[in-house]
Parts: sequence; C-alpha cells; structure tokens
Amino acid sequence: MTSKTHALAAITATLLGTTALSAQDVTLTIESWRNDDLTLWQQQIIPAFEATHPGIKVEFAPSAPAEYNAVLNSKLDAGSAGDLITCRPFDASLALYDAGHLTDLSDLRGMANFSDVAKSAWQTDDGAATFCVPMASVIHGFIYNKDAFAELGLEVPETEDAFFAALDAIKEDGSYIPMAMGTNDQWEAATMGYNNIGPNYWGGEEGRLALIAGEQKLTDEAWVAPYAQLAKWGAYLGDGFEAQTYPDSQNLFTLGRAAIYPAGSWEISGFNAQADFEMGAFKPPLPAGATDCYISDHTDIAIGLNAASANAEAARTFLDWVGSEEFATIYANALPGFFSLSNFDVAMEDPLAQEFVSWRGDCNSTIRSTYQILSRGTPNLENDTWNASAQVIKGAETPEAAGQRLQDGLASWYEPQQ
Amino acid sequence: MFFGQLVLRGRWHIVVFLAPAVLVYTAVMIVPLFNTLRLALFTEVDQQRIFVGVQNFRTLFGDPRWSESFWNALGNNFWFFFIHMLVQNPIGIFLAALLSHPRLRFAAFYRSAIFIPTILSFVIVGFAWKLVLSPIWGIAPSMLDAVGLKSLFAPWLGKEGSALTTLALISVWQFVGIPVMLIYAALLTIPDEILEAAETEGITGLSAFWKIKLPLILPSIGIISILTFVGNFNAFDLIYAAQGALAGPDFASDILGTFLYRTFFGFQLQLGDPHMGSAIATAMFAIILVGVCIYLFGIQTRIRRYQF
Repeated sequence: MTSKTHALAAITATLLGTTALSAQDVTLTIESWRNDDLTLWQQQIIPAFEATHPGIKVEFAPSAPAEYNAVLNSKLDAGSAGDLITCRPFDASLALYDAGHLTDLSDLRGMANFSDVAKSAWQTDDGAATFCVPMASVIHGFIYNKDAFAELGLEVPETEDAFFAALDAIKEDGSYIPMAMGTNDQWEAATMGYNNIGPNYWGGEEGRLALIAGEQKLTDEAWVAPYAQLAKWGAYLGDGFEAQTYPDSQNLFTLGRAAIYPAGSWEISGFNAQADFEMGAFKPPLPAGATDCYISDHTDIAIGLNAASANAEAARTFLDWVGSEEFATIYANALPGFFSLSNFDVAMEDPLAQEFVSWRGDCNSTIRSTYQILSRGTPNLENDTWNASAQVIKGAETPEAAGQRLQDGLASWYEPQQ
Repeated sequence: MFFGQLVLRGRWHIVVFLAPAVLVYTAVMIVPLFNTLRLALFTEVDQQRIFVGVQNFRTLFGDPRWSESFWNALGNNFWFFFIHMLVQNPIGIFLAALLSHPRLRFAAFYRSAIFIPTILSFVIVGFAWKLVLSPIWGIAPSMLDAVGLKSLFAPWLGKEGSALTTLALISVWQFVGIPVMLIYAALLTIPDEILEAAETEGITGLSAFWKIKLPLILPSIGIISILTFVGNFNAFDLIYAAQGALAGPDFASDILGTFLYRTFFGFQLQLGDPHMGSAIATAMFAIILVGVCIYLFGIQTRIRRYQF
C-alpha cells in the first residue's frame, strides 16, 4: 500500500513538474513549404529570436512544396497543425482565413512596417482584414553565365531583338545550350516564361487590373504577344527539353552547359552554391518600341497565426518580430533572392541579389497575372496557364489558340469576363 | 442477425473470433468507403455543407470541362490496363514457365531478381526511370548511341504520344514479379503424373505447355487479371512521382487517380474540393465494382477447375 502511494506521489510530482515547465517554456511550431530553408531557420533566424525572447522556443517543421497545401489543409481540419502557418499568397490563404483557420492580424504592431501593396496578397478582398505578416517577394528575370557571354563576345540584351540575336549567336557557336528550360514540370514555362516576360506587354499592374475588371481579355494582343514570344523559345532549348525537369534545368545551367536561365530570384542562393562561374542577371527584354519596363515582383511568402493555437500570445510576439527590421535583415541576407517587403531599407551583400533588386528603381513592379482572384474557379486559370505555356513552347498549340482556350475557361465562371 | 443466430445457438465463440477482423475492417474500410459515397452528395456554400443529391455527378458527367477530363482519365486508365494485360501478364507467364523448368540453373537468383522491383517504392522507381530516360543525363540515349540507334531515342516521357505508354511499361517492369510468382506457384502444383501421362501420349515441350499446363493455370491467370485491373484503376503513385499532379504533357498521362488527387486535395492555386473529389472516387469505385462483378459472375464461374 505504502509503495503504491509513493509511486502515485512520484507520478503526480512528475506531472506537476512538466506542467510547470511547459507553462514557462512555450514551443511554437511553424508550418512551411520551404524545406530548403530548414538550416537557415535552425541556425540563424530561430537562435536570433530565442536570444531576445527567453521562454519561447520555436520549431520549424516544413513539408514538401508540392504537398504543402494539401497537407496543411488536412492538418488544420484535424486540429493538428502548428501554431504559425506560412502563407501562400492570395486565395489559398484567404480560404484558410474565411474558414476560420487564420487569425486577423490587422492590429499587430509590426504590420505598420508594410505598404498596402505588400499586404495585398494576404488581405480580404475589401482590404479590411490582414491575416499574414508579409515576409518576402521574388523578382523574375534572366540569369546568365558571364564567362560564356564574355567568351562569345555578347552584350547583355536590353531589347527583344537583341535577346534573340544573342540566342542565335549562342546557338550558332554551339558550345552552350542557349537557354536552360524544360516543359516536363510545366510550371517553369508559365512562371519563368509567361509571367516573366509578360508584364512588358500588358503593362504590369494596369493590364493585370484591367483583366480582373473584365476590361481586357486574354485574347487581346497584349496577352497573346507573350505567347508568341514563348513559341520562339522552343528552338533555343536543349535537346529533349520536352522531358527536361526543373532540377535538370538548374543543373544544366550551374554546370556551365547553358548560357541563359529564365529565372526567379529565389534561385540565387542555390546557384551561388553550385556554379563556379560568374553570374549576372538581366531583366525581361523590352518589346520593340517600348520605353517603360515592367518586372514581376511577386509577393510570395508570409506567415500567419493558426486560430486554434494554444500559444496565441507567444505566437503574436513572434509575428511582431517577423515585422521587425532585425528579421528583414537576417532573412534578406541569409536568403538572397527573397526580397523583404517591409519599408525598411535592408542592405544586401549578394551582388546578384543587388542586381535583381535594383530593377525596382528602374521599372514598374507588378505581380503574377493569374494569382489574384482569377484562379478562384474551375477551370483554374493558373493551372491552365502552365499547360498553355508548355504547349506553346513545344509548338503543340498556337499562341492565338492558347489565348482563346484560356479566355473561354476564364469566362466560363468569372462574371466580369462574360 | 447472423451474429444473433450464432449467439442464440450457443456458438458465441465464433462471434468472438470474428469480432477483431470485422471491427478493424469496418473501421478502416467500410465506414470510410460509405462516408466517401455520402460526401459525394454534398457541396459547400459559404462554409456550410449542404445536401445537393446527385448534382456533383451531373456536373462531373454533364459539364463539358469536367466530363472531358473524366473521360480522358478513364480512357488513359483503360490504355494503362491494356498495356499491362498485353505486356505484363504474357511476360509473367513466359518467365514463370522458364523458371519452373526443372533443369534451369540459378532459378532462385532469377526469382529474386524478378521480384525485387515489386518491393521498391514508387518514388524510387519513378525517379530512377526518369533518370534512365532523361535526354540530358540518362543512360538510355548513350546506350542507343553505342549500338548506332541514337536516332530512335526521343524524350518519351515528355511526348504526348508516348508518355503514358512509357509509364505503363515502367509499371510493368516494376510489377511483373507478381504474375511470375503466382503462375510459378500454380505451375508447381501440377502433378508430375499428368505431365508424364501426356509424355507417353507424345505431348512434350511446347505442346505440353499449351495443351496441359496453360489450361491448368487459367484460374491463376484469371486472378492475376482481376488484380491487375483493380491495381491499375487505383493507380496514382507512379504517375504522380514521375509526372506530377498535372500528369503532363497536356494531361496525356492523367489517370483517374491523379484526377481525383487534383480535385480532392487541390493543386497549386486550385483549392481542394472534397465533394467533387468524392464524386470522382465514387465513380472509380463503381467502375472497379462493375469490372470485378463481370469477372466474378461472367468469367470465374465458367473457368473449369481440375481437382487432382
């Protein structure tokens, strides 16, 4: 009997002890699709936060990018998701907010450090509530092999004609594949192809908003012309580009076998680690006769608070810190190519990242055309754009037919286009 | 009722022994299955789940966009199955016949070598074959080049005409071990007396296979066909691992499994729709059910069995 009582007392004490401990030390779990950034979070961001915020521990728990949305939705429905949720831009996160999974963070102090454009990707349509703290944007352009350009005596192309002249020269020489891109994974054709060069044709925000308002159509010249450009790309891609995957393209370029890589700035840190030649970047070439340039400066990643979190207070503290200059500086420098969306003037050391971000000064920024509102229905405009871009590059569909197909799909559910 | 009768007759121990299997099977198979069928009759409007009857099915088969995707996926599924029946099972029978040859040396080694791919993960198989067939790093182009047939090489996984067939053949490579094992086992059960009796009648070699062995293993071939059918119509992993959820190029390799995944869980900017997804799952269930029924009632009952 006595031994039993003792054992019980011991167990009770242990239980009490653990409860007391966990009351002091809160552990926040972050859900994310950025599994590439695991070491960065573990070695730089989290230690920096924990050093100034005793009592709060942070754990970064990423899943695979392609599965993130599905995994996250299941976890949220089952109530097993982490305290902090990395937010995809626009509808995916808006749906989570509407379903009551994300908390309204409009009153968070750190929010004051972001412009309205930066917050637009994580707001309700009327802008009344902001539910994620913006972290970073990515800029599209082309990364090129400086050594190859020097070897062939090529200039950085500013205009479309110069761009194709350069591609022709590289092809003629034959020692490099002119451009590294494949259509196997489809999204590169749309994201690094169509939405990379497109803003110059549809005039950035102006065209994008006109499309949302129903004033322009995807069959208009401004929206078909980028496809006409993509149709010419096929001839400059490597042999068998139809089965070339995204990692294949990355490797082709970093191994020095291709001269130009249609890129998003997120590639910078990976390329810096892999390539042993000097790299430069140029912005999407201007169409003939155009004077103003437009770049895709896409709001890409933010972080929000799980409404079901038991540690909401600690999580808010963390989110406040995400809005601080300290976080912006650590993040932008540790991940060159993910540019801070905050109003702070963040100094960056990486030359390639500096090159990309310098375009913000010369050109007008816009975001990817398909992301806001237009991919809300079925058929999904973003998915269709992947398919159409890949088909056009392969020559399996004409630019006009692609535009018509996308327009028909969009008009089938989107009222302003009907 | 059935259980009640057993208890009344004092045979409650049967109930006890059956209970674990019945409970587990009910919890992990039957309840989710019926819940999926139920979910297909609802839709979500403004965060509210409302009952809509067969509206989801009307959309799936009536809306040209949905039905086009559905029929495309179903057609691809039949092609996938067709390639398996045409390639996997004859090769399986052939290999099993070779393996069961009494004078074959290293039979155990061949048996293992043929069966090992079956236990590999789809992800590994998909990745390995993508590398083998890669136009950039793959060994397929250089091997063809070595024998002077480089011109025959094409980026098969990236071409609309060949992607699905290539994937089906990869799947055949992976799973050929299963028919081999089943038919091998069936061949071993054929008593020697029968073969010897046939031999005295002058039936040897190939004609012994066609006239004696093949009729005796027909029930096994039937089982393999139905397993292939169910497996192929539930397939998803290999296509997803090799081509992604959009099952490119231009949905040429889209099968019901990937179509279901995209719809149910969503993809990229497309949000998941569990109700339409369940409607597709229900349609898949119906197709497989019909297929299995045709086999059970139309074919299996007519196969003649021999008792030794």
